[in-house]
Amino acid sequence: MIIDKKKMKVVNNKTPSVDGKGLMQGRSYYTDDIAAQDSLVIKILRSPHAFARIKSIDVSEAQKLNGVALVLTYKDVPHVSFSRAGQGYPEPSPHDKFILDEYVRYVGDEVAMVAAIDQETAEDALKLIKVEYEVFEPVLDFEKAFENKSVIHPEDGICEMFPIGFDPKKNVAASYEMEVGNVEEELKKSDVIVDETFYTQAQAHAMLETHSSNARLDEHNRLVIYSSTQTPFHMRRILATTLGIPVSQIRVIKPRVGGGFGGKQASHGEFFCALTTLRTGKPSKCVYTREEVFESSYTRHPMKIRMKIGAMKDGRINAIDCRSLSDTGAYGEHALTVFMIVGSKVLPLYNKVDAVRFGGQVVYTNHVSAGAYRGYGAIQGNYALEATIDILSEKLGMDPKVVREMNSMREKETSPIFEIMGEGTKGTAMIMESCKLPYCIKRGAELIDWKNNYPRKVINDHKVRGYGMAIAMQGSGIPFMDMGSASIKLNDGGSYMVTVGATDIGQGSDTIISQIVAEELETTVDKIIIYSSDTDLTPFDCGAYASSTTYVSGNAAWKAAQKMKKRLIKEAAVFLECKEENVEFDGKTFTFGDKSVSLNDISIKMLYNKNLQQVSVTESYYGHVSPPPFMAAYAEVEVDLETGEYEILNYVTVTDCGTTINPMLAKGQVEGGVVQGLGMACFEDVRYDNKGKMISNNFLNYHIPTQKEIHKLTSEFADSYEPTGPFGAKSVGEIGIDTPPAVICNAIYNATGVRIHSLPITPEKILRGLKELKK
Amino acid sequence: MIVTFYLNDVQVSYLVKPGEYLAETLRNHGVKSVKVGCNESSCGSCTLLIEGKPMMSCSVLTASIEGKHITTVEGIQEEAAKISRFFSNEGADQCGFCNTGFALTIYSLKRELKNPTDEEIKDYIVGNLCRCSGLYSHLKAIKAYLKEE
Repeated sequence: MIIDKKKMKVVNNKTPSVDGKGLMQGRSYYTDDIAAQDSLVIKILRSPHAFARIKSIDVSEAQKLNGVALVLTYKDVPHVSFSRAGQGYPEPSPHDKFILDEYVRYVGDEVAMVAAIDQETAEDALKLIKVEYEVFEPVLDFEKAFENKSVIHPEDGICEMFPIGFDPKKNVAASYEMEVGNVEEELKKSDVIVDETFYTQAQAHAMLETHSSNARLDEHNRLVIYSSTQTPFHMRRILATTLGIPVSQIRVIKPRVGGGFGGKQASHGEFFCALTTLRTGKPSKCVYTREEVFESSYTRHPMKIRMKIGAMKDGRINAIDCRSLSDTGAYGEHALTVFMIVGSKVLPLYNKVDAVRFGGQVVYTNHVSAGAYRGYGAIQGNYALEATIDILSEKLGMDPKVVREMNSMREKETSPIFEIMGEGTKGTAMIMESCKLPYCIKRGAELIDWKNNYPRKVINDHKVRGYGMAIAMQGSGIPFMDMGSASIKLNDGGSYMVTVGATDIGQGSDTIISQIVAEELETTVDKIIIYSSDTDLTPFDCGAYASSTTYVSGNAAWKAAQKMKKRLIKEAAVFLECKEENVEFDGKTFTFGDKSVSLNDISIKMLYNKNLQQVSVTESYYGHVSPPPFMAAYAEVEVDLETGEYEILNYVTVTDCGTTINPMLAKGQVEGGVVQGLGMACFEDVRYDNKGKMISNNFLNYHIPTQKEIHKLTSEFADSYEPTGPFGAKSVGEIGIDTPPAVICNAIYNATGVRIHSLPITPEKILRGLKELKK
Repeated sequence: MIVTFYLNDVQVSYLVKPGEYLAETLRNHGVKSVKVGCNESSCGSCTLLIEGKPMMSCSVLTASIEGKHITTVEGIQEEAAKISRFFSNEGADQCGFCNTGFALTIYSLKRELKNPTDEEIKDYIVGNLCRCSGLYSHLKAIKAYLKEE
C-alpha cells in the first residue's frame, strides 16, 4: 500500500518535537533527576593495571568507615558469566563478563564497589580497600593479540551462546568467513587490481549525559531500576538471569536519555544499583563521572581493513575481497556483529560483482571494551571501501563518481550478501524496493558543483580546495529478530494514550511515533499522549539500536493505529445503529447517512453511559526485510599546504530514507551523524599510554566537534517511498555517520595527492605525506 | 556554612560544605534543570547566569556567590520556550541534555551582543558542547531567534 505523501497532514510535515519545549525549559526527567534524595551513592574501585589478577583484597577498613552501607568484591556477587551488550536472546556476543571478577583486564576495569551515604564517604572508602595484584603482561597491540602468550580470558565458565568463532585461549572473541563466487579467479581476470590497507581508531561516544542508573524497592518489594538505557527490556532480562531473580520482580524505567549512540545499549552500573538496593533495602544510585565514561564504558571497535578490488578497463568492478581484524578490547560485546557489518552493510553497495569475499577475526586486547557505536562497523568498512574505490578510479583513469554510478546498487536489485550475512547468523534475502542512490549521487554532485570543482581548485600559492565523495548504506532493524509493539487507549475527550517500548534516547522516537498514530487516526499530535519504555507499563520493544525504531517500532505503532481506527468504527456503529462498513470517520466525527456522532461524545459515553468499555488495542511488528537507507555525500575541503591544516567548507549529503516522518528530526539525525563522523575522520582519537592507561579521558584531551569546526552542512533528502515502512519510511539514525572518513580522505587526496590510510586524518599526517611527495 | 544568594530573584540561604560547587548545591536543593556533563567546566551543560553572565556552575564554589544573583532556566521560562521553537524549526533539538545550558547562553548572547557576526555567535556558544546535533542547525536557529527579536 503506497500512500500519497501530498495527502499526509502530520507525517512528512514540520512538527515540533513533543518534548523539545519542556526539555529546553528544564523539566527534570533524566535518570539522575529522579533518583531518590536519600539514595546511597555507589562508587567503583577501578583497576590501575591493564591486566592483573587480584591476589588478595581486604575491605575491612572500608566497611568500618562511618556511613558505608555495603562493600562488594568478586567474592560477594553471583559468579555467572553474561554479556553487557544489551542484545536480543540468545546474544551473538560471548558471555565473558562477570559482575565482579578475580581478573581485571583493562585500566579502569571494576575491582570492588562501595555504597555509602554520600559521595565523599564512598570515595574515602575506596581509598581504604587494600588490593594486592599479580600483574600480567598486557596485550596492547591488536595485531599481536592472536595466540599471544598473554591469554586475556583464561578463566572457566565463559561461553558463546551459539557458534561465533569464540576461541578465548587464542584471544579470539569471534571470527567469520564468507565467499560468494570465486574471488581468486575473478581477480585473475581483472584488468586492474588495487590492494589497500586501512586503520580505523577507537572513538568515544561522548554523549553529554553520563551513564546513570538508580534503584529502589517499591511497596511490593519489587526492584525498580531507573536507567539511562537504550534497551530497558533487555536490561530487565539480563539483570534477572545474572542476579538469579525472576523477571517479574524487576521493573526497568527509562526516563529521558541524554544521548546514547550505542553506548547506552549496554548495562553500566545497573548491576551495582540492583545489588545494593536488594541487599540493603535502601535506594541507591550510580552516576558515572566523565572520566569513567571515557575509561570504563565503551569505544568504537578499532580495525585494520584490507580491501582488494578487481575491475575491468571499462570500469566494471568484478570482485571485492575484504579482510579485517577488529579489536574488541577486554570483553567481546558486539564483537561478531559489528565485525560482520563491515561486510554486510558496506559491500552490497557494489552489487554487480561476480565474486565477493569477507572475513577475519575479532581479538581481545587489554583496552577498554569496544561495543555498539552508531555506524557499528559500517563506518569502518565504508572508509576502507570508498577510499579504495577512489584509488581504483584513478588507476582506471575515470571519475570516481562515474565508477560509483556504474557499479552501485539500484532499485529492484539485490545482493547475495543479504541472504548470507545477518546478525551473527544467516541473513535475509531482499530486493531493494526503494533505492534512490542514483539520484542522491546526481543531486549531491550538483550541490557541490562536482563538474567544475572536481578534483581541486587552487586558491593561492598555499591553499588548495579538494573535493571528495562517497556513498553509503545502512539497514532498518534486524529482520525476524527485532520486535516492537505499541498499545493505544482511547481517553474520554477523544485523545489517545500511546504506550510503546520504543526507546527515545533523544533521537525523537516519541515524536515520530506520535505523528504516525496521529496521521492514521486523522488527528493532531496534541491529541496523542505518548509514554515510552517502562517494562511494567509499556509493551515490549527490543530497544533503540540497529536503526530500528522508525521502521520496526514505527510500523508497530502504525499497525496499532490502524487497528484502533477499525475498532472505533465498530463501536461507533453501535451508536449510529448501522453496519460497520457504512460508518465514515474523519478523525473527529463518525457519520452514517445524515446521522453523526463525535469521537468526543462516544469516548465519554463508553466510559459512563452506553456500550461501556475501555477501548484499547495492542499490535506488534517485526521486519521481514531490513530496507537500507542510502546516501551520497560530498565535501569541499580547503587545505593549507604549508601546515597540513584543513577546513571543511561544506559537507553535502543527499539521503534516501524513504518518507521523512519528521523532516526536521530526520535532518537532525543526518547532520548529527555527519558531524560525529567528521569527528572520527578528522581528530577524535582514543589514546593510551604504553601501559594501557587511557590518556584521552576528558573533553580537553578528547576533542569533539564544536561550532569552530563546522562551517556549512547542506542536507537534502531524495523523494523516496519504502513500501514496507510506516508511511513509506526507512531508518535514518546511523546512515549519516558512515561517509565522512572516506569523503574527507578522498577530498584531502584530491587536494594534495596525499592518501591517508589511517584515521584520524590529522594535519601532521598530511604534512608528512606532502614532504614525502616532494622527495 | 550558610550561603545566602538570590536564586531567580528569590533570596535563599543554603547550608553547604566549604568545598561544594554551585551545580551540586542547586541539584541538592531540587534545581535539577542544572545538568552536569563533565564536572570540569569543559562541556557547558551546567551553564547558568551569575550576575547576568554565563558561568559553568560545576566549577564555581558555592561559597563564592554570597549575595549574588543566580539565574537558572526557571528564571527565563518564556525565552526558553521561544528558543525551543527555533531549535525545533531547524532540527537542532535532540536529547535535550545540553539545552538548558544553551538556553541561558543564548539568552545572554542576545543581551550582550548587538548584531553579532556568525563568528561572534560561534565564539560565544563554543563552550556549550552538543553531541547530538550537527551544530550548524544551532547556528541557524540562533540567527533566526536573534533576527526575530
